[in-house]
Amino acid sequence: MDKSGPRHWLLLLAFALFVVFLYGPTLTIFILSFQGPDGGLTFPMRGVSLRWFENLFEPQMVGDFGGSLERSLSLALIVMGLTVLISLMAGLAFRRKFLGATALFYVTIAGLIVPSILISLGIGLMFNVAGLPPAWWSSALGAHLTWTLPFGVLIMFAVFNRFDHALEEAARDLGASPWQTLRYVVLPLIAPSLVGVGLFGFSLSYDEFSRTVMAAGSDNTLPLEVYAMTTNVTTPVLYALGSMTTLFSFAVVVTVTLTVLAMRRKRGAKLTG
Amino acid sequence: MTVTATAAPSGAAHSARVKLLTRLAPHLQALPLWLVMGVFLLIPIATIVMVSFWEDQEYTLAPGFILDNYRDVFGTFVTFSTYVSTLRYALIVWASTLAIGFTVAYVLAFHIRSTLWQMVLFQVCAVPFLTSNVIRMISWIPFLGRNGLLNSTLINLGITDHPLEFLLFSPFAVVLTFVHLYSLFMVVPIFNTMMRIDRSLIEAALDAGARPIEVMRHVIVPLSLPGIAIGTIFVVTLVMGDFVTVQMMSGGQSASVGLLIKNEISLLQYPEAAAHAVILLLTVLMMVWAILRVVDIRKEL
Repeated sequence: MDKSGPRHWLLLLAFALFVVFLYGPTLTIFILSFQGPDGGLTFPMRGVSLRWFENLFEPQMVGDFGGSLERSLSLALIVMGLTVLISLMAGLAFRRKFLGATALFYVTIAGLIVPSILISLGIGLMFNVAGLPPAWWSSALGAHLTWTLPFGVLIMFAVFNRFDHALEEAARDLGASPWQTLRYVVLPLIAPSLVGVGLFGFSLSYDEFSRTVMAAGSDNTLPLEVYAMTTNVTTPVLYALGSMTTLFSFAVVVTVTLTVLAMRRKRGAKLTG
Repeated sequence: MTVTATAAPSGAAHSARVKLLTRLAPHLQALPLWLVMGVFLLIPIATIVMVSFWEDQEYTLAPGFILDNYRDVFGTFVTFSTYVSTLRYALIVWASTLAIGFTVAYVLAFHIRSTLWQMVLFQVCAVPFLTSNVIRMISWIPFLGRNGLLNSTLINLGITDHPLEFLLFSPFAVVLTFVHLYSLFMVVPIFNTMMRIDRSLIEAALDAGARPIEVMRHVIVPLSLPGIAIGTIFVVTLVMGDFVTVQMMSGGQSASVGLLIKNEISLLQYPEAAAHAVILLLTVLMMVWAILRVVDIRKEL
């Protein structure tokens, strides 16, 4: 297509504006979280300080920041592990015919389409009717998996669609058992994608709010804690918390991306060298 | 699975076992997914349907089969006006995210020269998906507030002499936040379909004398439809079921079906909430079904 002329530059400008729209607000609260001790929730900045970050780690901080952070991290790690394992197994299953494959596919997609409030309400009611107390490691874990697994399975679909089956046949011809083929041929090749599935599982769980609302039980996860803060905190400590969580999410994404790139490069070197 | 490790007694029995194992394996591999989706999606939805027929007695659930909850749902004007308000949000947000998402995906797919830059910029668009929605909502406060950036800019430019009150805690803020949160769900699927468009089709159209606008209308838009449909399903279902954005950004001044359900849950009126939830689920499924009638997305999956 036409890649010069005013139309091209206008489109690039539109793209740049979108990026500003996407990141502008986050950047604003990042700046405002360094607000001076007398500053408020909006500009102007009244000096620059780390006061609100210190505030965050003081023991009398509103709510239970430390506890909710710990719970959210543990939950995200469990969700990550289960999402990788279950998506991989399902991805392997869907390469062949099995009874109920179509039904399972639609049920999995339904996890994306059914509104979060229904998942939350349904799981809450189910635990209520069964007489079980909801908790972050039971009901909230299940609620998160209904959100992360569809993404994981869809990624595995894309991965196995592009997978070269000749490699597996070669392994089989050389006498490898199915397990050996999976362990030494398939897994090393799809490892970067599995890391990607793990990243999705971790991040989506760590930030999940609407599915967790009724399913978390008495102890809040971090997003629930942040939401509770929005209604009763009117100082920039809210922004400090927001900046911390966002920085953490970015750090996770960047680390994982660099790991995947390193894995790809290593594999490339091995194949050519 | 370890077929070769087991000693093979006789050829026929061995191959029968291999066959059985090969046919059994995918069923076993699919089992964990079935378990999770069954226990945490299907059974909870069945529970909602069941409870929607139960009786609400002084904050306890009484099993039964009554239609009162549905009569309550359909019997008030509130339900109707809430659906109108929610559908209006869905329509406005859909149109805005489609316009933005299509443009952004189009620039990414057709106007970025190097593959490296294409991937980097795609990541730039996709990464906010992995950050917290609640915090992305909060981050509009310094922009839209009474003393926010937008108001001070407008005053400095002399466009208005007093701060505009309607910016934060209004339907406008709700729509803006929705668009901010959900544009990504349009960009990603549309970009994916656009990347699969055979570039020679566009060359052919240009060679045949088509103007850029005609290439857009007759080649790019029709071939991007599956991506548009997937993005539409995401955005529409997310907005239809939302409660937190509407609650936070409208300052309690606006209604949505999700918020209605959330409020009934807070009042422990579970059977009513369940009845509302069933109607919402049917509405959303009908909308998805309608979208799939218009566009065939099977090629995308």
